[in-house]
Amino acid sequence: MTARNTLALTVAGLLLMAGPVLAQPTEIRIGVALEPPALDPTAGAAEAIDVVVYQNVFEGLVRIDQTGAVQPGLAESWTISDDGLTYRFALNEGVTFHDGTAFDAEDVKFTFDRLLAEDSVNAQKALYEPISAVTVIDPMTVEFTLSRPDGLFLFNLGRGDAVIVAPESAENNGAEPIGTGPFAFIQWDRGSRVVLEQYGPYWGEAPALTRASFVFISDTATLTNALLAGDVDGTNNFAAEALAVFENNVQFKVLVGSTEGETILSTNNRKEPFTDLKVRQAMAHALDRQEIIDGATYGYGVPIGTHFAPHHPYYLDLTDTYPHDIEAAKTLLAEAGYADGFSATLKLPPVAYARLSGQIIASQFAEVGIDLELINMEWAQWLEDVFANKDFDLTIISHVEPFDIGIYANPDYYFGYDNPEVQALNETLNATTDEAERLALAQEIQTIIARDAVNGYMFELAQTGVWNAKLDGMWQNAPVEGVVLRDIHWVE
Amino acid sequence: MGVDFDMTFFLVRRMAGFAATLFIAALVIFLLLDLLPGDPARFILGINATPEAVAALRTQMGLDAPAHERFLAWVGGMLVGDFGLSTTQRLPVAELIAERMAVTLPLSLIAMVVSVVVGLPIGILAAMRRGKATDTALMVLAQTGVAIPNFWFGMLLTLVFAVTLRWLPTGGFIPWDEDAGAAMRGMILPGLALALPQASILARVMRTALVDVTEQDFIRTARAKGMTKSEAIWRHGVRNALLPVLTILGLQFAYLIAGTIIVENVFYLPGLGRLIFTAISERDLVLVRGATIVLVVVTTATMLVVDLAYAFVDPRLKGREA
Repeated sequence: MTARNTLALTVAGLLLMAGPVLAQPTEIRIGVALEPPALDPTAGAAEAIDVVVYQNVFEGLVRIDQTGAVQPGLAESWTISDDGLTYRFALNEGVTFHDGTAFDAEDVKFTFDRLLAEDSVNAQKALYEPISAVTVIDPMTVEFTLSRPDGLFLFNLGRGDAVIVAPESAENNGAEPIGTGPFAFIQWDRGSRVVLEQYGPYWGEAPALTRASFVFISDTATLTNALLAGDVDGTNNFAAEALAVFENNVQFKVLVGSTEGETILSTNNRKEPFTDLKVRQAMAHALDRQEIIDGATYGYGVPIGTHFAPHHPYYLDLTDTYPHDIEAAKTLLAEAGYADGFSATLKLPPVAYARLSGQIIASQFAEVGIDLELINMEWAQWLEDVFANKDFDLTIISHVEPFDIGIYANPDYYFGYDNPEVQALNETLNATTDEAERLALAQEIQTIIARDAVNGYMFELAQTGVWNAKLDGMWQNAPVEGVVLRDIHWVE
Repeated sequence: MGVDFDMTFFLVRRMAGFAATLFIAALVIFLLLDLLPGDPARFILGINATPEAVAALRTQMGLDAPAHERFLAWVGGMLVGDFGLSTTQRLPVAELIAERMAVTLPLSLIAMVVSVVVGLPIGILAAMRRGKATDTALMVLAQTGVAIPNFWFGMLLTLVFAVTLRWLPTGGFIPWDEDAGAAMRGMILPGLALALPQASILARVMRTALVDVTEQDFIRTARAKGMTKSEAIWRHGVRNALLPVLTILGLQFAYLIAGTIIVENVFYLPGLGRLIFTAISERDLVLVRGATIVLVVVTTATMLVVDLAYAFVDPRLKGREA
């Protein structure tokens, strides 16, 4: 070996060692806090699943764009019958699954038959229950028949829960996902990362990235170091308390956007003393939203006065319904017969926003005489106690489903709000397709639940992404769960 | 003859104890996990799932059978090497554990080697310089090493060698078959972080043991025969002082296999500790109990080996027990 070769090899070796600094301009490594338990978005609720595969590996008939609007996906166009009960989709030609099998109307039918089957384990099955039949008209045309009109039907088709899967591969999608998306699954080093690579025969426009890894880093300090050292190129949602590290660093950009997460002090409306409207109103007056936002989200949350996302066109600002007013709260409590206050428990799931808000609310409530006992719980326990068994007084939780005001029309839901007026309005809303009418109905429901102080409405959870300054095309807002790679690219 | 009988009896006793420990451990693990609140099916499907979907998943996961049937099926399966299917990942538990062992085992070995290579000489040096400034300085160092939490030391190492100097990665793990060099590089910082407290403990144990030994008659005899103090310690002391060190090493190895979880988090390594942690929070009970029983086996087996090694090194121990 000549001296020159040796030198070249040494230099190459040094360059390899400096790898993170000279990352390939078509590759990306994204740090995410949670590892998905499996990779099938149609068989689990974990957001971490959608983060990796939604719109990357799997696609639906339609897709949600970053404004939350519905765009054509595997269906290039559709027509809706006048009664809103029949949707006919024209499918794109030349679409293949990553295992090479062709996509056609039979796959669509298979997907929804599986989703709606008796033994379906789809986490959002209820959203698709209006579907009464899926009919294959020809290989490139499929028709959905609904049992009742559903204003959210198209949006729901764009969710991760309704991505199209193939009968040949559906069973193994948890470990080896096979979809039609621009990226194919390559490998999953469990506990470490998932690697995706651009799928050559993709039917649509090829993305700029050729390879993407999702690296699982749960510890905030560790993720900070990995970003600073260039071992990862970005993260879609970084802990607010540590954002300051990146805000003034020119090598990074911080993207603050909104999510679909209404964070509420959820109140058990079945239980004394919360059955009393005056008590709930008093609690609403006792809450100081700004203090909670500053303390629990480091100022990144957006105040809400009802159960609706502030970025949505239907949103109505009702934050002044019950302004922060200690005296008013005390008066209402006295009128309700609790002049000396009362004691209650506040069950907190293991997320920072809940644990931090919980402590702040406890001190705010103490000022009006409500004594809260804070109980920290794990997720599994919270789901069982609070959600399934409804054994709670108060809890704090972010409701991350898009357009989920319908939960106020379900008296069996965990917070147990039973108001026939809202139930009737919601039914009309579901069956209405006219935008103006839908807006009026949605706002009426928002107003009623705000006035009834069903829950303590606190803030909309922010999405705070940190990315290498040379990256572009990331979603700032999160109208659906997912880190969509389609438009991400390096710029010089 | 008598010796052989003693030995056989000793071995049978030990093996029976080993088996009994495993059975009791399996029972306790199963019962504790069964009592844990939280429905695994509900956890997977989240808050919008219909009760029917949750029920369908429970059936699919085999959670409907009565407890004793599930326990017997579990133990019976393990006897033939079948640890069951992980409820969240739908993969064989044995495979998942084996995958993680590819990280945890080398990591523990590196930490062990480093702690022995660093800890023992420091202990020996301190014992030889007993009471002198070197001794005091080394023992202060060792005390500090024990007191520093290894996750903090790990972060310090990351800041210096990964963030500032960029010599090594901040963490993560590249599989051995993909790039063995990169895999090894990923082990260096966590290995050091894990080794620090272990090395400190070993240094202290080694020093104490050696100091004890040097006060015994055979060292005085050796000195009387004309050896210098160092010679006597090297030739006769160190070997005799290794017995307590061996015990500690056994305990440390078991601890490293099970106790690397914090360091694994700091360096985002896919090790066994993180597997168990995630499995618990996701209510993947099949995986938790499989991984726990593996840890029990490793720990008890290590103890068994240490015990047997003792018996061979020092036959008095065996006699005392029999």
